Amino acid sequence: MRSDQTARSLRPAAEHFVAPLDETPLQKVDAVDTTATPRSMWGEASHNLVRNPVFVISALLILLLLFVAAFPGVFTQYDPTKGDLSISNQPPGDGHLLGTTRQGYDVWARVLYGTRTSLTVGFFAMVISTVIGVVIGAFAGYVGGWVDEVLSRITEIFFALPLVLGAIVAFTALSNGVGTVTIALILALFGWTNIARITRGTVLSVKYQDFVTASTALGAGRLTNLAKHVLPNAIAPVIVTATVNLGVFIVAQSTLAYLGLGTGSVSWGGDISDAQPALRNNPMMLFYPSFALAICVLSFIMLGDAVRDALDPKARKR
Amino acid sequence: MSTTTAPRAGEQPATDEAGPLLEIRDLDITFNTSSGPVHAVRGANLEVYPGETVAIVGESGSGKSTTAMSISRLLPNNGKVTGGSIRFDGKDITSVPLGQIRALRGSEIGLVPQDPMSNLNPLWKVGSQIDEALAANGVAKGAAAKQRTVELLEEAGLPDAECRAGQYPHEFSGGMRQRALIAMGLAARPRLLIADEPTSALDVTVQQQILDHLDTLTAELGVAVLLITHDLGLAAERAQHLVVMYKGQIVESGPALQILQDPQHPYTKRLIAAAPSLASRRLVSAKDRGAEGEATGSGDGGAAPVGGSDAPAASADGGAAAVAATAAATPAAKAAASDADTSGSGRESTGTDADIVIRAENLTKVFPLRGKVPWRSTPFTAVDDVSFDLRRGTTTAIVGESGSGKSTVAQMVLRLLEPTSGRILFEGRDIAGMKGREMMALRRRVQPIFQNPYGTLDPMYSIYRTIEEPLRLHGIGDAKSREAKVRDLLDKVALPAAMMRRYPNELSGGQRQRIAIARALALDPEVVVCDEAVSALDVLVQDQVLHLLNDLQAELGLSYLFITHDLAVVRQIADRTVVMEKGRIVEHGTTDAVFHGPQEEYTKRLLAAIPGGSIPLAGSETIEVDVDTDVAESEDARAEDVDPHHPLGGDPEDPFTGAGHV
Repeated sequence: MRSDQTARSLRPAAEHFVAPLDETPLQKVDAVDTTATPRSMWGEASHNLVRNPVFVISALLILLLLFVAAFPGVFTQYDPTKGDLSISNQPPGDGHLLGTTRQGYDVWARVLYGTRTSLTVGFFAMVISTVIGVVIGAFAGYVGGWVDEVLSRITEIFFALPLVLGAIVAFTALSNGVGTVTIALILALFGWTNIARITRGTVLSVKYQDFVTASTALGAGRLTNLAKHVLPNAIAPVIVTATVNLGVFIVAQSTLAYLGLGTGSVSWGGDISDAQPALRNNPMMLFYPSFALAICVLSFIMLGDAVRDALDPKARKR
Repeated sequence: MSTTTAPRAGEQPATDEAGPLLEIRDLDITFNTSSGPVHAVRGANLEVYPGETVAIVGESGSGKSTTAMSISRLLPNNGKVTGGSIRFDGKDITSVPLGQIRALRGSEIGLVPQDPMSNLNPLWKVGSQIDEALAANGVAKGAAAKQRTVELLEEAGLPDAECRAGQYPHEFSGGMRQRALIAMGLAARPRLLIADEPTSALDVTVQQQILDHLDTLTAELGVAVLLITHDLGLAAERAQHLVVMYKGQIVESGPALQILQDPQHPYTKRLIAAAPSLASRRLVSAKDRGAEGEATGSGDGGAAPVGGSDAPAASADGGAAAVAATAAATPAAKAAASDADTSGSGRESTGTDADIVIRAENLTKVFPLRGKVPWRSTPFTAVDDVSFDLRRGTTTAIVGESGSGKSTVAQMVLRLLEPTSGRILFEGRDIAGMKGREMMALRRRVQPIFQNPYGTLDPMYSIYRTIEEPLRLHGIGDAKSREAKVRDLLDKVALPAAMMRRYPNELSGGQRQRIAIARALALDPEVVVCDEAVSALDVLVQDQVLHLLNDLQAELGLSYLFITHDLAVVRQIADRTVVMEKGRIVEHGTTDAVFHGPQEEYTKRLLAAIPGGSIPLAGSETIEVDVDTDVAESEDARAEDVDPHHPLGGDPEDPFTGAGHV
């Protein structure tokens, strides 16, 4: 120890201060708070979510969109596929809330029915792509070695193909008989790569955690560990990306419909394309489906953001 | 570095010769958090006089770092000084503009941060970072700064400083980085150096070198040091004046030795009683207190109820019943056998091979490391010809610094890694060949507890599910009996059963570690491998967990393989000690033998580096320990072996354990 005589002398008489006991009552070492309510990670996330206005707004919008997609007939009595040329290009009003198109379709009805196409394609594409992505990503990350090498290279090849371009090629090859589910499949085929990459990354970071090793030491097999410990802990960022992907797939579907590659069912992309020639005389024809598309995509992206905030461990208090 | 070049502090007299350099009065610091304001520091008073070393000691969350950081206004954005004053050199700096504080930083108040790994910019050469510090404080620029940097690094004890200054942080070891940070902190010759846990990330021998060096350097330059540490022993060894903080308040402050030998506040008493480096002996379990000679006998008694509680579970599952029965029966039988052999020397038994539950023979593990060319790996021998025994009902500790291969040994014992050569025998059977059912049976009987309390529990699992998982995996019992077992286990680790429905993120580190212990015990194992199981815990919590482990050992007849870097902990828990260095065993023997008569230079160095190990705790037996009375009692029990006034049992002639440091 330092024997610093000068320092000693500088300090006036060696005072020894002791705080009064009642000021800081001594607590039990590592006392357990038995009053707290249990809260799982998902419990806490949902607790945070309902307090986030972004989540509330986007969730309400999505609920509304889902309702519209399921029961568009509630909001209009017109059939969006029946054109009446006698009422072509009507201005809003007079029974037609948003007017009619050149072919005499009711614009409001087409916007409503377009929701169904967009959401169906988006939802199926999201589910399929997430399943493909999670399976490939999880195996690549968890098994490692040459399996990882092969799966990662495959992922990269698909990643390099632009979603819409790949879909156009696939469409052209299929030429006819393209249904909603087929579009969803094609989109999913080119859109799973970001899910796979994210899953691989989180699986890699989770698989070396002590609780996985502890489970191995308890006698759990590799697949048990993957299913019971690794995947549940790796899934949060996947959910966030999948939500955002849903918006991306809706945009892609609209792009394809705009290019004339659609199922023939009512779709916002197709309507935007149809409204384009009349852009000068009747810009609102273009505006309505575009606005619906924007609101739809925005709500999913906002939802994804809100979920990300709720699941982010750094945003969580403890 | 001589003091002639720039000993600003030495030459420039303080404005008020008698006054303190730093004076903190009634300091309140409040953090605004989403759950309301948190009073991190309340009414703190402390002074630092020129040239002296003052240590603030406390657990994590006690407010010690917050107090220190507020001096140079380095609090996080949501933290604010809400009351009191900070005077530096007679001038109130509590609310002066930030510009003035900035002028003080570096030039008057230096800082050595805690984590040497993250406090150097990896993209910059070490030398340039010190150049920058010099330029920022207007000490030197350009070539002069470079010259000065080399001098500073030399002064901080870096060999070949000129060459080192041109290297990047990743080329430095942890100790070297901390030396560079010290050089940086002292670059502008401040009058006060705040050292925030400067060595807690380093190995003990490195820690000692660095602190010794810091001591001489600051003494030479007349720099006052405010040392923040969680380690009471270290604080007492290095500082003249101690400040003990607890829950944001200073509970006791005064001359270091006086506080250590005559603590007044119950919290300080508690800290001193728990500090492993100060007054420690082999812990005596709750059951054995007062009846040391019957230690193994009472372990025998403890094993029986466990077998009983397991019985209904086992009968529900025909296949597992036989295994469970033998598992429960053997420790009792073997413990009784070893009891017969036990001589007067406490737990250390000289029994036959039948007592040896785990034997490692010539274990070697070679890892292929990436070489200069990717297709040719260079072999790296992490564990080299290691052999040891673990006797039933006792603890064998493997001690070593980082990179000694101790954790690799643990992984091989748990069969999470396969040895390159050599074998591990569990009750005489080589575990390498085990497959299927036999392997599952081994898994039941050998369980791990890991270091990081934050990584060891699956955050998605409730406490109940976590502890139940092993039972479910092995198909033991039905839902009802499993729940009863989980309750029983929680009770064993002294946690309320109400905790079952909670999640790990709601628990403290110590509580998580106790849950991990409960999970490890769920299968009634015989061997528990503790890999740095208490290293991440605060000293009081560490003490609590060590006592728990020790009591469980006596109750259940467990054998521990205890992997740690902390010799002080080894002394508390281990019967046999294996010292490892660079993959090899350097010394091996009973804990008493290793601590009292170390044969190897390396062991001696390790022992000498235990902070506070050489401080005589005159009052150690008379301390009223309100937590538990183990320390005092165990001392009585072994009074004949060791000098009770000397925690290390130091031979006065031994330069390493003698009072030379005081």
